[in-house]
Amino acid sequence: MNAAAELVKSGPPGGIVLAPPGRVADNVFRGLTWVMAMFVMVLLLLVGWVLWHGAQLSLAKFGWHFFVHSNWDPGHGDYGALPFIFGTFVSSLIALLIALPLSLATAVYLTELAPGWLRQPSISMIEMLAAIPSVVFGLWAILVLVPWMQSGFYPALQKLLGIVPWFQGRIYGQCILSAGVILAIMIVPIITSISREVFRAVPDTQREAAFALGATRWEVTRLAVLRYSTRGIFGAAMLGLGRALGETMAVMMVIGNREEIPKSLFAPAATLASGIANEFAEATQGLYLSALFELGLMLVLVTVATNVVAHLLIGAIGGQRSSGA
Amino acid sequence: MSMKNNWQHRWRKVKSSMVSGLCLTCAVVVIAPLALLLFSLVKKGASSLDLNFFTQLPKAAGEIGGGMANAMVGSLVLLGLAAAVGVPIGVLGGIYLSEFGGRRLSWAVRFAADILNGTPSIVWGIVIWALVVVPITGFSAYAGGLALGFMMIPIVIRTTEEMLAMVPNGYREAAYALGIPRWRIVLHVVLKTASRGVITGILLAGARVIGETAPLLFTALGNNFWSHNLSEPINAMTLQIFNYANSPFPDQNRQAWAGALVLILFALALNVGVRIMTRGSAPHLVK
Repeated sequence: MNAAAELVKSGPPGGIVLAPPGRVADNVFRGLTWVMAMFVMVLLLLVGWVLWHGAQLSLAKFGWHFFVHSNWDPGHGDYGALPFIFGTFVSSLIALLIALPLSLATAVYLTELAPGWLRQPSISMIEMLAAIPSVVFGLWAILVLVPWMQSGFYPALQKLLGIVPWFQGRIYGQCILSAGVILAIMIVPIITSISREVFRAVPDTQREAAFALGATRWEVTRLAVLRYSTRGIFGAAMLGLGRALGETMAVMMVIGNREEIPKSLFAPAATLASGIANEFAEATQGLYLSALFELGLMLVLVTVATNVVAHLLIGAIGGQRSSGA
Repeated sequence: MSMKNNWQHRWRKVKSSMVSGLCLTCAVVVIAPLALLLFSLVKKGASSLDLNFFTQLPKAAGEIGGGMANAMVGSLVLLGLAAAVGVPIGVLGGIYLSEFGGRRLSWAVRFAADILNGTPSIVWGIVIWALVVVPITGFSAYAGGLALGFMMIPIVIRTTEEMLAMVPNGYREAAYALGIPRWRIVLHVVLKTASRGVITGILLAGARVIGETAPLLFTALGNNFWSHNLSEPINAMTLQIFNYANSPFPDQNRQAWAGALVLILFALALNVGVRIMTRGSAPHLVK
């Protein structure tokens, strides 16, 4: 950095360089931007505090028991969060199991295999998928996807895998598996675009070296690209998981909203986010409301943890991003 | 030996082609839902887009007809309120990060913004409910706009910072050499040079929050008539789509499709706007 740039960064020493008229206005302006930047941190603390404060009643009454108790009965003032925790993790895991292989294969196709003219249109299509509002996914799922799966796909799946307990019992359309499927569709774009970036960051010399050893295209991808990107792939998966854990509207519309641990994947369930959205309006009584706030607190902690891990793996949090939002 | 090698070599090539085919299939499977969704949207939504849909209020459940006029206006009002909150805070905060911030503090602010960006939208709904709706305004447009505005901040602050950081230092130095006060340099030279990129970030944030439903459920609440006052509940496209999607009446389902089509077209228009912005002059400042 040269001297002039140094000056710009550190400000003029003692006002010798800068003409005096700007000094007060400069400080005011700088102070204003500082306040706005600080507001972001205040906002984060505020979110945490509001949830913590709202959850006090429930925290005091149930303690850690809240997390392992599986009875959620507003009628008798008994609240256990286990059904919601179970629903959240299982639906998100189903989503990840479906979305991760598909996304990785798509990303491989787009970076390593697709002809040039096909790349940009495909990427734009997938990015468009990311721009569709959650409630529109929910609308499509509830009126098109779920009826189709209930009448065609689920019975076939039950016939195929019916010996496994998870696939037994009555088939509901609005069930935890439907939630997993719609979540998978919703998190595919983010996993695909992050892993595409990760693959693109692999130096071409890696590929060239593998090619020079006589590797086929798949061997190049496996040895030079995928192995080189393990960390980034984990990061992309975590980011997708974080998105799935917190997703509300589409899930609430297809999961059936029943506050118990489902016996099979074809049975209705509830997630932390869908439970809050579905029951908040009914919660007139203090303890009920407090229990919902505690669900919110859990939801935030879980998504924050997932996102932090994801960003650590991708190496971006708090730092300059390598690419646009 | 050479026979065996030859066979092995062929198998490796076959395997490679098989994997290529598999990857192509996966790409098609990934894009298929989008195609199916858009197909349903156009097929079921387009036929319902008549004048009534854009000019009339929702009818009571079970009655045929009516429109989403109040919801469309409501969404725009909420977007305006959100921008009034999110844009100044986001842009000024971004200026701080790029132009003034020290290392540690900037890291903390970026960290907070990234965390807030990943916060589930339903959480914003209940936080604003507890913070604003209950003690101050009741269910109102203000509360809904505030929830959406807070959601815009992390996106706007990060893109603003990135865009400003791309302005070459020479611009700042040249302005300094003219004796211009720093605040003017930041606003009239740096921000102006990066304005396309900053506006792009604002549009992206707007496109994201206009599709949000969960933060509005317990803040803006929604209604079936015109709201004349920002301190009253207000309807939004997303809320109306949600209500109609769950309705047992086919006519309301039909209108939900139409509403979704309008919403998507609007979000798409914002995205196309972004594309056009980023293709104009000063391409070195945006990606």
